[in-house]
Amino acid sequence: MMFRISLLLLTVGVANAADYVNLPGGRFASVLPADATGADVDVAPFAMRSEPVTNAEFLAFVQSHPQWQRGRVASVFAEPRYLMHWQSAQKLGSDVLPDQPVTQVSWFAAQAFCESEGARLPLWNEWEFAAAADATRADARNDPLWREQILAWYAQPAGKTLATVGGPANFYGMRDLHGLVWEWVDDFNALLVASDSRDQNDPDRLKFCGAGALNLRDRDNYAVLMRVAMLSSLKAADTTNSTGFRCARAATPSSQGQLP
Amino acid sequence: MNIRRSALQALFTLIVALPAWMPAAFAGEAAALPDDSVYHLDMHLVDQEGRPFHLADRRGRPQLVSMFYSPCPYVCPLIIDTLRMTQRALPASDSSKLDIVMVSLDPERDTPARLKQVFGERKLDPATWTLARTEAPNVRKLAAILGIQYRVLKDGGINHSTSLLLLDANGRIVAQSGKTGELDADLVAAIERTLAAD
Repeated sequence: MMFRISLLLLTVGVANAADYVNLPGGRFASVLPADATGADVDVAPFAMRSEPVTNAEFLAFVQSHPQWQRGRVASVFAEPRYLMHWQSAQKLGSDVLPDQPVTQVSWFAAQAFCESEGARLPLWNEWEFAAAADATRADARNDPLWREQILAWYAQPAGKTLATVGGPANFYGMRDLHGLVWEWVDDFNALLVASDSRDQNDPDRLKFCGAGALNLRDRDNYAVLMRVAMLSSLKAADTTNSTGFRCARAATPSSQGQLP
Repeated sequence: MNIRRSALQALFTLIVALPAWMPAAFAGEAAALPDDSVYHLDMHLVDQEGRPFHLADRRGRPQLVSMFYSPCPYVCPLIIDTLRMTQRALPASDSSKLDIVMVSLDPERDTPARLKQVFGERKLDPATWTLARTEAPNVRKLAAILGIQYRVLKDGGINHSTSLLLLDANGRIVAQSGKTGELDADLVAAIERTLAAD
């Protein structure tokens, strides 16, 4: 990836990586409107891992689910580069840190990991909702300074060693949503399906079925739009060295996380 | 005597063991699934008659696959037209060897009863056509493995790409067409090649 992200942030108060944090959801102005009228989306309450899944966690997963080990997984679920940065199928090796976010995992593998702990990948709107927050505000997206800060992270040159998880918590207690890795979402292949399919005079344009064209909103929010474009460019078996994931599930009263 | 008894025992063993042994050997499916087969997906579906089947049950015959949702007012009826057009473009001896499967993107509304209604309205041929639904989490996986994009809108509509995918007898995607409302000659040629190869 061109935009390898590096983390400049302090590793403070690292939560247990498998902590799920409750998020309230609600009406939300997504960069992708909910329909052709440009409506806001309604995000149901949900819980999400506070940090991306790490190499150590993914190693434990492939050890208990050998069908997801590199070399054993069917190519239809993961391309040949899957986990190739690890020393071997069941060993990270000295160049790969246990606390780094796992990368080079396919959407299918990420989904399988989440299912193994009774969860799923977050929906794009859930991820976007959580990532709209800064340290003190639920939605900081209109703050030009905040946008610039995120864009600066994205502009870090590729090839830098990936930092470990555990950046500062945002308003919801989520960490590393920006500045560390790209993250798979459940509906990664749904984001740019937006074309008016009713122009029957031009068969090549009959690609999409359903309501009319959806336009991207909030075109100035480049950081988020870059994610949309990047995710849309991937196929489910693809892996990249800067794409990881975290899991989500329905909000539960027993979740560790408390809203501030 | 001993020899005869042994022979009888052997015969007996053969007869008793045969039923257990035959399906596996016959199935030829004992052969490993190719690495790039979509039939690695462990997925249960239900057809328009409410009959359950497993995705991998489709192994053995080429399949032309698409995804749709029946309440779709515009392009989805055209997908059926296009599939039918494609089937009719094949030589008569070939068209019966190709199965056509459409899986719903909207499992909530596309109940088996609803699929059966569409099946009847569109006068689809049960010998080769299947309209199917699967549980919601499977829909995204099937779309992902087929490279079909879809997005559920707030008003219940679904924007989706209209790819037709040709699977060979082992579930490998061997051709893809994005054309709707007209015949794709390349797809027809690919179907004929695939049928000839089997």
